[in-house]
Amino acid sequence: MIPPAFDYHAPATLDEALALLGEHGDEAKVLSGGQSLLPLLKMRFAAPEHVVDISRIPGLDYIKEEGGFLRIGALVKESELEASELIAKRYPILKDTAEVVADPLVRNRATVAGNLAHGDPANDHPATMIALRAEVVARGSKGERTIPVAEFFEGVLTTALSEDEILTEIRVPEPAERSGGAYMKLERKVGDYATAGAACVIALGTDGAVSGAGIGLTNLGTTPINADEAAKHLVGKKPTADVLAKAGELASQATSPSADRRGSVQYKKEMARVLTVRALQKALERAGGK
Amino acid sequence: MATRTTPEIGGMGHSVKRKEDPRFIRGQGTYVDDVVLPGMLHMDIVRSPFAHAKIKSINTEEALKVPGVLAVITGKTLEEYKLHWMPTLMSDTQMVLPTEKVMYQAQEVAAVIATDRYTAADGVEAVEVDYEPLPVVVDPFKALEPDAPVLRDDKEGQKDNRIFHWEAGDKDATAKAIKKADVVVKERIYIPRIHVASIETCGCVASFDKAQGKLTVWMTTQAPHAVRTVLALVAGHVGLSEEKIRIISPDLGGGFGGKVPIYPGYVVAIAASVVIGKPIKWVEDRMENLQADSFGRDYHMDAELAARKDGTMTALRIKTIADHGYTNAAAQPAKWPAGLFSICTGSYDLKSAFAEVDGVYTNKPPGGIAYRCSFRVTEAVHAVERMVDVLAQKLKMDPADLRKKNFIPPEKFPYKSVTGWEYDSGAYEAALDKAMEKIGYAGLRKEQAEKRKRGELMGIGISSFTEVVGAGPSKHFDILGIKMFDSCELRVHPTGKAIARFGTKSQGQGHETTYAQIVAEELGIPAEHVQVEEGDTDTAPYGLGTYASRSTPTAGAAGALAARKVRDKARKIAAHLLEVSEDDLDWEPGKFSVKGAPDKSTTIQEIALAAYTNHPQGMEAGLEATHYYDPPNLTFPFGSYICVVDIDRGTGEVKIRRFVAIDDCGNIINPMIVQGQIHGGLTMGMAPALLEEISYDESGNIQGGSFMDYLLPTAMETPKWETDHTVTPSPHHPLGAKGVGESATVGAPPAIVNAVVDALSHLGVTHIDIPITPEKVWQILKGKGVAE
Amino acid sequence: MAKHKITVTVNGEARSAEVESRLLLVHLLREEFRLTGTHIGCDTTHCGACTVLLDGKPVKSCTVLAVQADGQEIQTVEGLEKDGQLHPVQEGFWQEHGLQCGFCTPGMMMTACALLENSPDPSDAEIRAAISGNLCRCTGYMNIVKAVQYAAAKAR
Repeated sequence: MIPPAFDYHAPATLDEALALLGEHGDEAKVLSGGQSLLPLLKMRFAAPEHVVDISRIPGLDYIKEEGGFLRIGALVKESELEASELIAKRYPILKDTAEVVADPLVRNRATVAGNLAHGDPANDHPATMIALRAEVVARGSKGERTIPVAEFFEGVLTTALSEDEILTEIRVPEPAERSGGAYMKLERKVGDYATAGAACVIALGTDGAVSGAGIGLTNLGTTPINADEAAKHLVGKKPTADVLAKAGELASQATSPSADRRGSVQYKKEMARVLTVRALQKALERAGGK
Repeated sequence: MATRTTPEIGGMGHSVKRKEDPRFIRGQGTYVDDVVLPGMLHMDIVRSPFAHAKIKSINTEEALKVPGVLAVITGKTLEEYKLHWMPTLMSDTQMVLPTEKVMYQAQEVAAVIATDRYTAADGVEAVEVDYEPLPVVVDPFKALEPDAPVLRDDKEGQKDNRIFHWEAGDKDATAKAIKKADVVVKERIYIPRIHVASIETCGCVASFDKAQGKLTVWMTTQAPHAVRTVLALVAGHVGLSEEKIRIISPDLGGGFGGKVPIYPGYVVAIAASVVIGKPIKWVEDRMENLQADSFGRDYHMDAELAARKDGTMTALRIKTIADHGYTNAAAQPAKWPAGLFSICTGSYDLKSAFAEVDGVYTNKPPGGIAYRCSFRVTEAVHAVERMVDVLAQKLKMDPADLRKKNFIPPEKFPYKSVTGWEYDSGAYEAALDKAMEKIGYAGLRKEQAEKRKRGELMGIGISSFTEVVGAGPSKHFDILGIKMFDSCELRVHPTGKAIARFGTKSQGQGHETTYAQIVAEELGIPAEHVQVEEGDTDTAPYGLGTYASRSTPTAGAAGALAARKVRDKARKIAAHLLEVSEDDLDWEPGKFSVKGAPDKSTTIQEIALAAYTNHPQGMEAGLEATHYYDPPNLTFPFGSYICVVDIDRGTGEVKIRRFVAIDDCGNIINPMIVQGQIHGGLTMGMAPALLEEISYDESGNIQGGSFMDYLLPTAMETPKWETDHTVTPSPHHPLGAKGVGESATVGAPPAIVNAVVDALSHLGVTHIDIPITPEKVWQILKGKGVAE
Repeated sequence: MAKHKITVTVNGEARSAEVESRLLLVHLLREEFRLTGTHIGCDTTHCGACTVLLDGKPVKSCTVLAVQADGQEIQTVEGLEKDGQLHPVQEGFWQEHGLQCGFCTPGMMMTACALLENSPDPSDAEIRAAISGNLCRCTGYMNIVKAVQYAAAKAR
């Protein structure tokens, strides 16, 4: 329950924060909402010597559409995403996702960016961002770079961010005409991590066939899963029940879950299938197609 | 509900607003962790990662170097004072701190004393313990095999892992009845370990005053007097003497049986305080609480129910293996190693029954009696209510009809069961009928038939339970020899207000209100003028505490009888004041009046004043009485619950669509409080049925040792409970009241299981063990080819 | 390790303390400021007994560092009653038997207060969703929902 001792820093600017990370390397951890890091510290699963709190840095809590992208700043909280009218109207899949992250109290502190940067395959936003073909902006000592979310996750609690980089923005391509997305999470109770989660984004062409699709899966492997085969299977086809069912199977095949109290490997793989189909159905509804 | 007193007086039947709430809604309760004393130190505990291991060495050097760490206490330290082992409530022995080996994961190994809790945590991390792992026994069946390692080799004469063998009923008659029955159904029913997980964990502040030789301990305990006496007996040799031990059980954040045992942490903190001479605070973390403190259930039951073709049940036989952990520390009456399990014949007029329970040692924490189990009644009722449904399924009879056919009929009460209980009162069919009407049973069965045709899965489950609470009559009930009476000391002040102290201890049940209402009922003093106190052993009369729904049956009765003693004296004073003889007086709540001249009267307040200012010559002044109540019998609350579930064929998730609970606890003191107890109990019945489980892997590692995996329901998982009641008073209780706190935890799980099995019965499913997780259901659906 | 001097406004009153970096906000409130109405019920950020309002938003104070709250406004249960007048939420909990042991109650009430600020007439479902981060073992949540609805009606 009691964290180990550490030095706390609250830089006022991004440059200050980066300088601290540069100085302390792997002895430093970034803190923003703290809803992933602090529980780890309290269990003494992590014992960084330095904690760099970026939550005082101004200008990082925006949600806006600009230049063809939805841009979510590093310090946007889950509760802010959940309450945003823009998100509800244009990116309901993000509202679906924010709504099921932990519980409402945690969401008043937890950041969306943190949900990605923590690198936990059990977190919900990674799958959604994968399905949305989002990218993240990382700022480091060597400057700024953009990383597609599909390439961002490397392993359990490991991302493409280097020690001295901070995730400053998430960019989601503005939705195509006649597109829709949905996130479905199977959880044992509110507040739990997903037994399985499926994020599906579908775009339809004027002929009613699928023109684009993205499928991301939660907590079904050592990283969030990009169910690319399943998504590709949909493209060019009319989204009939059979086509969706096949996509579900392909999504399931892309998973490599571990057995735990949430379920056996078999159950989780099957739930990946069931949830993918259900999320696709909901995404289709939102896209205006049946 | 008919009431004898006005709302202003607030006697029985009034939903008086709770008198304890003003401090709680202001955040001004005093829970153990709120207690701060000058010079207070903090204690934290080093715990074993192994389920079974020799302790080769404990190195405290690094820990003692941490600035602010003052001492590290080990088993060797306590051994010097012969406090390293102590008796359990079941006359077994338990380690306070080990000197040789640890017997369960998370066992207390050493305690760090420091200036503040952060430093104590650092100190714990710095203690180095060298363990040599030993073979682990976690399966109680394997523990009984001839080649299993003997876990309690410290006990003289212990040659295996058996703790006790207990029986009830008639073995031969039951065997005969089963043999000649038309139909016999049999199931293995396992109820896994669960944990009370009250929102406040356990802890204490132990403060030994060297100058006075007095020990004061603020402790999360449901039974403060028993703790005091046990400490005096166990630690008498180190100078603790009962008149100089004060246990204060302050506000408790829930108990549910988890705050009855005397945990090692308390004893170490007390020892530390005695030795160091400063107050020591120890409050456990949630993970410590879940991993080391008393669990509930862990019963493996083989149940058989026999019947005639027409559905008349003839015999019940249950054989149980009880997994007790490494020692028998179950908190239950001494002569009842399997608690009140023999209530297993339930609400049914069974002509023969036989129950046997074998207790087994394993490498797990000790306990067994907790989580609102009414001393194993949850287990017994789960078994019988499940088997009744299994039988109904076999006979293709509606489970409501089968129950009604076998209920003990009202005219048979008081009813002697074949396992030795005398049920005081019951009206089972009325309760079931009420439940069926409220839920619309006939319509639901129609709906189910239609849905089944479309492949939709919906189920209806009934549980018609009989509970047994109020331990208990001195003839049969004691804890470590102390009889299970309870007590009330009532004193009325000159200005007509009163103070009433009891030997029980509320952990949220509302005694400060309900006991005041009892006094109000008997004396007509408004409940708001009756100050109720519990929990301080320096002032409260001796009692056995609150658990197993015993408070109203025992202490409530004591309160009524103490009040009647006061009323008897009040009558004498009234006669004196009104200058008539006692026989010429009529009583109504709050006043005596002269028969035939009702305007000649005197109020209880006037009488109270007179008791100090104008009492009759030759009579002692004052207006007070004490009563120690030895209940003549237990009380038997009962009810019928009906649950409707819908099952998601894709995920296996079970959704409770509706849940109707009809409860009967006899005469009700405060309907609002009783309803609250039912709401909470139903939620603690649903949780084990669908969500909660503590289990161990082969190495004895706990699964479900934090709230990450031990799943308490939130408001989202909890259905909207529909509650109502019938009233069948207890003929022997002074108020006609029965206990009620655990009825819902007893009755709800089988109703839910019955509903899920009912949803799947057409597929041939007869039983599912709790917790009914989505995967369990899904595996069944998959196996039967009906998964989405 | 260096200590930090922080100033927080608690229930309208400015209070300062010198704290270790690792001090949890809940311990700042309970141990430094002796405001023991906020409780601790778990160690994995699940139970919500420690809920306080931080800049008006209900958060789990066991999962916030005291240093993170520097310069911010905190409201705890002790600040609900004003000039001897109970807050409608407090009244609601008392009137509707929304508490039994009282341990989860302060956290539950703070969450309810925040809900009613944003949603003056919440439905049963909305209330349950809002309190889904607050665990109660005693009440089964039924009367808690009624308490919040009572408070909503009172406040309107």
